[in-house]
Amino acid sequence: MNTNIFDALEANEAATLTRLHHRLAQDADTADVLDVAYRTVDTPVGTLLLAATTAGLVRVAYDVEGHDAVLAGLADRISPRVLRAPARLDSAARQIDEYFAKRRTVFEVPVDLRLAEGFRRNVIEHLRDIGYGHRESYAAVAAAIGHPRAVRAVGTACAHNPLPVVIPCHRVVRSDGSTGQYVGGPLAKSTLLDLEAA
Amino acid sequence: MKVRPFEDVVSEHGATVLRVCRAVVGPVDAEDAWSETFLSALRAYPELPADANVEAWLVTIAHRRAVDVGRARSRRPVPTDTLPESPAARADPAASDPDLWSALQRLPTKQRQAVAYHHIVGLPFAEIAELLGNSPDAARRAAADGIKTLRKHYRKDETA
Repeated sequence: MNTNIFDALEANEAATLTRLHHRLAQDADTADVLDVAYRTVDTPVGTLLLAATTAGLVRVAYDVEGHDAVLAGLADRISPRVLRAPARLDSAARQIDEYFAKRRTVFEVPVDLRLAEGFRRNVIEHLRDIGYGHRESYAAVAAAIGHPRAVRAVGTACAHNPLPVVIPCHRVVRSDGSTGQYVGGPLAKSTLLDLEAA
Repeated sequence: MKVRPFEDVVSEHGATVLRVCRAVVGPVDAEDAWSETFLSALRAYPELPADANVEAWLVTIAHRRAVDVGRARSRRPVPTDTLPESPAARADPAASDPDLWSALQRLPTKQRQAVAYHHIVGLPFAEIAELLGNSPDAARRAAADGIKTLRKHYRKDETA
Protein backbone atom coordinates (compact mmCIF):
# COMPACT_ATOMS: atom_id res chain seq x y z
CA MET A 1 0.00 0.00 0.00
CA ASN A 2 1.25 3.43 -0.92
CA THR A 3 1.01 5.51 2.26
CA ASN A 4 2.74 8.50 0.64
CA ILE A 5 -0.65 9.61 -0.51
CA PHE A 6 -1.38 10.64 3.10
CA ASP A 7 1.82 12.60 3.67
CA ALA A 8 -0.09 15.88 3.58
CA LEU A 9 -1.94 14.80 6.70
CA GLU A 10 1.32 14.82 8.64
CA ALA A 11 2.24 18.39 7.79
CA ASN A 12 3.15 20.66 10.71
CA GLU A 13 2.15 17.85 13.02
CA ALA A 14 4.51 18.54 15.93
CA ALA A 15 3.43 22.17 16.36
CA THR A 16 -0.24 21.23 16.09
CA LEU A 17 0.11 18.43 18.63
CA THR A 18 1.85 20.76 21.07
CA ARG A 19 -1.04 23.20 20.76
CA LEU A 20 -3.62 20.42 21.10
CA HIS A 21 -1.87 18.99 24.16
CA HIS A 22 -2.01 22.39 25.82
CA ARG A 23 -5.72 22.67 25.03
CA LEU A 24 -6.36 19.14 26.34
CA ALA A 25 -4.66 19.97 29.66
CA GLN A 26 -6.86 23.05 30.04
CA ASP A 27 -10.06 21.27 29.01
CA ALA A 28 -9.30 18.36 31.35
CA ASP A 29 -8.77 20.69 34.29
CA THR A 30 -12.01 22.56 33.54
CA ALA A 31 -13.91 19.28 33.17
CA ASP A 32 -12.44 18.07 36.47
CA VAL A 33 -10.85 14.97 34.95
CA LEU A 34 -7.23 16.01 35.45
CA ASP A 35 -6.51 13.89 38.52
CA VAL A 36 -2.72 14.31 38.43
CA ALA A 37 -0.98 17.25 36.72
CA TYR A 38 2.79 17.33 36.43
CA ARG A 39 5.72 19.33 35.16
CA THR A 40 9.50 19.43 35.67
CA VAL A 41 11.69 22.20 37.02
CA ASP A 42 15.47 22.55 36.65
CA THR A 43 17.38 23.16 39.89
CA PRO A 44 20.95 22.98 41.21
CA VAL A 45 20.14 19.43 42.41
CA GLY A 46 18.95 18.31 38.99
CA THR A 47 15.58 18.21 37.27
CA LEU A 48 12.76 17.80 39.76
CA LEU A 49 9.41 16.31 38.83
CA LEU A 50 6.44 18.06 40.47
CA ALA A 51 2.99 16.45 40.53
CA ALA A 52 -0.25 17.75 42.00
CA THR A 53 -3.77 16.48 42.54
CA THR A 54 -6.68 18.92 42.82
CA ALA A 55 -5.93 18.95 46.57
CA GLY A 56 -2.31 20.03 46.29
CA LEU A 57 1.29 19.07 45.61
CA VAL A 58 1.43 15.29 45.94
CA ARG A 59 4.92 14.33 44.74
CA VAL A 60 8.35 15.82 44.20
CA ALA A 61 10.82 13.44 42.61
CA TYR A 62 14.53 13.50 41.88
CA ASP A 63 16.00 12.33 38.57
CA VAL A 64 17.57 9.34 40.32
CA GLU A 65 14.12 8.06 41.26
CA GLY A 66 13.29 7.78 37.52
CA HIS A 67 10.52 10.21 36.55
CA ASP A 68 8.78 7.68 34.31
CA ALA A 69 8.66 5.16 37.13
CA VAL A 70 7.34 7.81 39.52
CA LEU A 71 4.57 8.77 37.08
CA ALA A 72 3.67 5.12 36.58
CA GLY A 73 3.45 4.81 40.37
CA LEU A 74 1.13 7.83 40.58
CA ALA A 75 -1.07 6.34 37.84
CA ASP A 76 -1.26 3.16 39.87
CA ARG A 77 -1.75 4.63 43.34
CA ILE A 78 -3.82 7.75 42.62
CA SER A 79 -5.33 7.70 39.11
CA PRO A 80 -4.18 6.99 35.55
CA ARG A 81 -5.63 10.36 34.51
CA VAL A 82 -2.13 11.85 34.50
CA LEU A 83 -1.17 14.68 32.14
CA ARG A 84 1.77 17.01 31.71
CA ALA A 85 -0.05 20.20 32.68
CA PRO A 86 2.27 22.90 34.05
CA ALA A 87 -0.37 25.47 35.00
CA ARG A 88 -1.44 23.76 38.23
CA LEU A 89 2.22 23.72 39.34
CA ASP A 90 3.18 27.28 38.43
CA SER A 91 3.19 28.43 42.05
CA ALA A 92 5.14 25.42 43.36
CA ALA A 93 7.72 25.75 40.57
CA ARG A 94 8.15 29.46 41.24
CA GLN A 95 8.63 28.86 44.96
CA ILE A 96 11.23 26.19 44.29
CA ASP A 97 13.10 28.62 42.04
CA GLU A 98 12.97 31.21 44.83
CA TYR A 99 14.20 28.69 47.39
CA PHE A 100 17.27 27.86 45.32
CA ALA A 101 17.85 31.58 44.72
CA LYS A 102 17.84 32.05 48.53
CA ARG A 103 14.79 34.29 48.30
CA ARG A 104 12.48 31.87 50.12
CA THR A 105 12.78 29.92 53.37
CA VAL A 106 9.23 28.56 53.71
CA PHE A 107 7.06 26.85 51.09
CA GLU A 108 3.49 28.05 50.93
CA VAL A 109 1.73 25.58 48.65
CA PRO A 110 -1.18 23.28 49.44
CA VAL A 111 0.10 19.73 49.88
CA ASP A 112 -1.66 16.39 49.44
CA LEU A 113 0.00 13.87 51.79
CA ARG A 114 -1.99 10.84 50.69
CA LEU A 115 1.17 8.99 49.66
CA ALA A 116 2.43 8.95 53.27
CA GLU A 117 0.38 6.78 55.60
CA GLY A 118 0.47 5.77 59.25
CA PHE A 119 3.84 6.04 60.97
CA ARG A 120 5.47 7.55 57.91
CA ARG A 121 2.78 10.21 57.82
CA ASN A 122 3.59 11.13 61.45
CA VAL A 123 7.25 11.52 60.58
CA ILE A 124 6.47 13.63 57.50
CA GLU A 125 4.14 15.89 59.48
CA HIS A 126 6.90 16.44 62.06
CA LEU A 127 9.49 17.29 59.39
CA ARG A 128 7.37 20.26 58.36
CA ASP A 129 8.19 21.83 61.74
CA ILE A 130 11.98 21.73 61.28
CA GLY A 131 12.80 25.27 60.25
CA TYR A 132 15.04 26.53 57.45
CA GLY A 133 18.71 26.16 58.29
CA HIS A 134 18.03 23.90 61.27
CA ARG A 135 19.02 20.24 61.60
CA GLU A 136 17.59 17.44 63.69
CA SER A 137 18.95 13.95 64.25
CA TYR A 138 17.01 10.80 63.31
CA ALA A 139 16.94 10.00 67.04
CA ALA A 140 15.49 13.41 67.91
CA VAL A 141 12.75 13.00 65.28
CA ALA A 142 11.93 9.54 66.67
CA ALA A 143 11.69 10.96 70.18
CA ALA A 144 9.59 13.92 69.00
CA ILE A 145 6.91 11.68 67.53
CA GLY A 146 6.81 9.50 70.64
CA HIS A 147 8.73 6.49 69.27
CA PRO A 148 12.25 7.02 70.61
CA ARG A 149 13.38 3.50 69.64
CA ALA A 150 12.17 3.79 66.05
CA VAL A 151 15.26 5.59 64.77
CA ARG A 152 15.72 3.25 61.80
CA ALA A 153 12.04 3.52 60.87
CA VAL A 154 12.38 7.31 60.87
CA GLY A 155 15.22 6.91 58.36
CA THR A 156 12.97 4.76 56.17
CA ALA A 157 10.14 7.28 56.44
CA CYS A 158 12.48 10.08 55.37
CA ALA A 159 13.66 7.97 52.42
CA HIS A 160 10.01 7.65 51.35
CA ASN A 161 9.14 11.32 51.79
CA PRO A 162 6.79 12.00 48.85
CA LEU A 163 7.72 15.70 48.83
CA PRO A 164 11.50 16.06 49.25
CA VAL A 165 12.84 19.65 49.21
CA VAL A 166 9.36 21.02 50.01
CA ILE A 167 9.05 18.86 53.14
CA PRO A 168 12.60 19.09 54.49
CA CYS A 169 13.73 15.52 55.15
CA HIS A 170 17.19 16.82 54.16
CA ARG A 171 17.31 18.59 57.55
CA VAL A 172 17.37 15.23 59.34
CA VAL A 173 20.98 14.13 59.87
CA ARG A 174 22.87 11.53 61.84
CA SER A 175 23.58 12.00 65.54
CA ASP A 176 27.32 12.18 64.84
CA GLY A 177 26.69 15.20 62.60
CA SER A 178 27.28 13.46 59.26
CA THR A 179 24.56 14.06 56.69
CA GLY A 180 23.44 10.47 56.17
CA GLN A 181 21.31 9.00 53.38
CA TYR A 182 18.98 10.93 51.11
CA VAL A 183 16.37 10.13 48.46
CA GLY A 184 18.15 12.49 46.03
CA GLY A 185 21.59 11.13 46.89
CA PRO A 186 24.08 12.41 49.51
CA LEU A 187 25.38 15.15 47.21
CA ALA A 188 21.90 16.68 46.83
CA LYS A 189 21.45 16.56 50.59
CA SER A 190 24.67 18.43 51.33
CA THR A 191 23.86 20.92 48.55
CA LEU A 192 20.56 21.77 50.28
CA LEU A 193 22.14 21.94 53.75
CA ASP A 194 24.96 24.16 52.46
CA LEU A 195 22.47 26.40 50.65
CA GLU A 196 20.49 26.91 53.86
CA ALA A 197 23.63 27.41 55.97
CA ALA A 198 25.18 30.00 53.67
CA MET B 1 -0.46 -5.20 33.72
CA LYS B 2 -0.80 -1.75 35.24
CA VAL B 3 -2.59 1.12 33.52
CA ARG B 4 -0.13 3.65 32.15
CA PRO B 5 -0.34 7.41 32.72
CA PHE B 6 -2.68 8.99 30.17
CA GLU B 7 0.18 11.25 29.08
CA ASP B 8 1.78 8.16 27.47
CA VAL B 9 -1.41 7.55 25.50
CA VAL B 10 -1.37 11.11 24.15
CA SER B 11 2.29 11.01 23.16
CA GLU B 12 2.03 7.58 21.60
CA HIS B 13 -1.24 7.92 19.68
CA GLY B 14 -1.81 11.68 19.34
CA ALA B 15 -0.25 11.89 15.88
CA THR B 16 -2.18 8.96 14.40
CA VAL B 17 -5.47 10.23 15.76
CA LEU B 18 -4.72 13.66 14.29
CA ARG B 19 -4.12 12.14 10.84
CA VAL B 20 -7.34 10.16 11.10
CA CYS B 21 -9.27 13.26 12.10
CA ARG B 22 -7.76 15.23 9.22
CA ALA B 23 -8.68 12.47 6.79
CA VAL B 24 -12.19 11.79 8.07
CA VAL B 25 -13.59 15.19 9.07
CA GLY B 26 -11.18 17.44 7.17
CA PRO B 27 -8.63 20.05 8.14
CA VAL B 28 -11.09 22.59 9.55
CA ASP B 29 -12.77 20.31 12.08
CA ALA B 30 -9.78 18.04 12.80
CA GLU B 31 -8.52 19.91 15.86
CA ASP B 32 -11.93 20.01 17.54
CA ALA B 33 -12.40 16.32 16.75
CA TRP B 34 -8.98 15.47 18.22
CA SER B 35 -9.65 17.50 21.37
CA GLU B 36 -13.06 15.98 21.99
CA THR B 37 -11.73 12.49 21.32
CA PHE B 38 -8.91 12.79 23.86
CA LEU B 39 -11.06 14.51 26.49
CA SER B 40 -13.67 11.72 26.23
CA ALA B 41 -10.88 9.15 26.33
CA LEU B 42 -9.35 10.73 29.45
CA ARG B 43 -12.73 10.65 31.14
CA ALA B 44 -13.24 6.95 30.41
CA TYR B 45 -9.59 5.91 30.76
CA PRO B 46 -9.71 4.49 34.32
CA GLU B 47 -12.32 1.95 33.17
CA LEU B 48 -10.36 0.80 30.12
CA PRO B 49 -9.18 -2.82 30.52
CA ALA B 50 -5.39 -2.96 30.83
CA ASP B 51 -5.06 -5.28 27.82
CA ALA B 52 -7.24 -3.17 25.50
CA ASN B 53 -5.97 -2.02 22.10
CA VAL B 54 -5.67 1.66 22.99
CA GLU B 55 -5.35 2.96 19.44
CA ALA B 56 -8.43 1.08 18.25
CA TRP B 57 -10.29 2.38 21.29
CA LEU B 58 -9.31 5.98 20.45
CA VAL B 59 -10.38 5.54 16.83
CA THR B 60 -13.73 4.18 18.01
CA ILE B 61 -14.24 7.29 20.13
CA ALA B 62 -13.21 9.57 17.25
CA HIS B 63 -15.52 7.66 14.89
CA ARG B 64 -18.56 7.96 17.18
CA ARG B 65 -17.88 11.64 17.66
CA ALA B 66 -17.68 12.16 13.88
CA VAL B 67 -20.96 10.27 13.44
CA ASP B 68 -22.63 12.47 16.07
CA VAL B 69 -21.36 15.66 14.44
CA GLY B 70 -22.49 14.37 11.05
CA ARG B 71 -25.99 13.70 12.38
CA ALA B 72 -26.20 17.12 14.01
CA ARG B 73 -25.12 18.73 10.74
CA SER B 74 -27.60 16.80 8.62
CA ARG B 75 -30.42 17.99 10.87
CA ARG B 76 -29.40 21.59 10.38
CA PRO B 77 -30.26 23.36 7.11
CA VAL B 78 -26.67 24.15 6.15
CA PRO B 79 -25.66 24.99 2.61
CA THR B 80 -23.59 22.30 0.93
CA ASP B 81 -20.82 24.62 -0.18
CA THR B 82 -19.65 25.59 3.31
CA LEU B 83 -16.20 24.14 2.82
CA PRO B 84 -13.87 27.12 2.78
CA GLU B 85 -11.68 27.81 -0.23
CA SER B 86 -8.66 28.04 2.02
CA PRO B 87 -8.17 26.29 5.32
CA ALA B 88 -9.43 28.04 8.44
CA ALA B 89 -6.90 30.06 10.37
CA ARG B 90 -7.01 27.77 13.40
CA ALA B 91 -6.09 24.74 11.32
CA ASP B 92 -2.45 24.83 10.40
CA PRO B 93 -2.27 25.85 6.76
CA ALA B 94 0.44 23.40 5.75
CA ALA B 95 -1.58 20.47 7.03
CA SER B 96 -4.52 21.06 4.81
CA ASP B 97 -3.28 20.20 1.40
CA PRO B 98 -6.51 21.25 -0.30
CA ASP B 99 -5.99 18.71 -3.07
CA LEU B 100 -5.85 15.74 -0.73
CA TRP B 101 -8.80 16.86 1.34
CA SER B 102 -10.92 17.65 -1.72
CA ALA B 103 -10.08 14.21 -3.10
CA LEU B 104 -10.96 12.58 0.25
CA GLN B 105 -14.12 14.62 0.48
CA ARG B 106 -15.34 13.24 -2.83
CA LEU B 107 -15.42 9.76 -1.36
CA PRO B 108 -18.60 8.39 0.18
CA THR B 109 -18.28 8.66 3.96
CA LYS B 110 -17.84 4.94 4.55
CA GLN B 111 -15.09 4.73 1.95
CA ARG B 112 -13.28 7.68 3.50
CA GLN B 113 -13.56 6.10 6.96
CA ALA B 114 -12.50 2.66 5.75
CA VAL B 115 -9.48 4.17 3.98
CA ALA B 116 -8.45 6.14 7.08
CA TYR B 117 -8.98 3.34 9.58
CA HIS B 118 -7.17 0.76 7.50
CA HIS B 119 -4.40 2.69 5.79
CA ILE B 120 -3.61 5.27 8.49
CA VAL B 121 -4.35 3.31 11.68
CA GLY B 122 -3.90 -0.20 10.36
CA LEU B 123 -7.11 -1.55 11.86
CA PRO B 124 -8.12 -4.97 10.54
CA PHE B 125 -11.25 -5.05 8.36
CA ALA B 126 -13.18 -7.04 10.97
CA GLU B 127 -12.83 -4.15 13.42
CA ILE B 128 -13.58 -1.56 10.76
CA ALA B 129 -16.76 -3.49 9.87
CA GLU B 130 -17.91 -3.17 13.48
CA LEU B 131 -17.44 0.58 13.37
CA LEU B 132 -19.11 1.00 9.99
CA GLY B 133 -21.89 -1.49 10.67
CA ASN B 134 -21.11 -3.64 7.64
CA SER B 135 -19.27 -6.87 6.91
CA PRO B 136 -15.48 -7.29 6.77
CA ASP B 137 -15.78 -7.89 3.02
CA ALA B 138 -17.78 -4.72 2.55
CA ALA B 139 -15.24 -2.79 4.64
CA ARG B 140 -12.40 -4.20 2.52
CA ARG B 141 -14.20 -3.23 -0.69
CA ALA B 142 -14.92 0.26 0.66
CA ALA B 143 -11.23 0.80 1.43
CA ALA B 144 -10.13 -0.58 -1.95
CA ASP B 145 -12.67 1.49 -3.89
CA GLY B 146 -11.76 4.54 -1.84
CA ILE B 147 -8.06 4.20 -2.54
CA LYS B 148 -8.73 3.70 -6.24
CA THR B 149 -10.83 6.84 -6.52
CA LEU B 150 -8.44 8.76 -4.31
CA ARG B 151 -5.44 7.91 -6.48
CA LYS B 152 -7.31 8.92 -9.60
CA HIS B 153 -8.48 12.30 -8.31
CA TYR B 154 -5.52 13.15 -6.14
CA ARG B 155 -2.98 12.40 -8.85
CA LYS B 156 -5.06 14.28 -11.41
CA ASP B 157 -5.23 17.26 -9.10
CA GLU B 158 -1.51 17.08 -8.51
CA THR B 159 -0.63 17.17 -12.18
CA ALA B 160 -3.33 19.61 -13.20
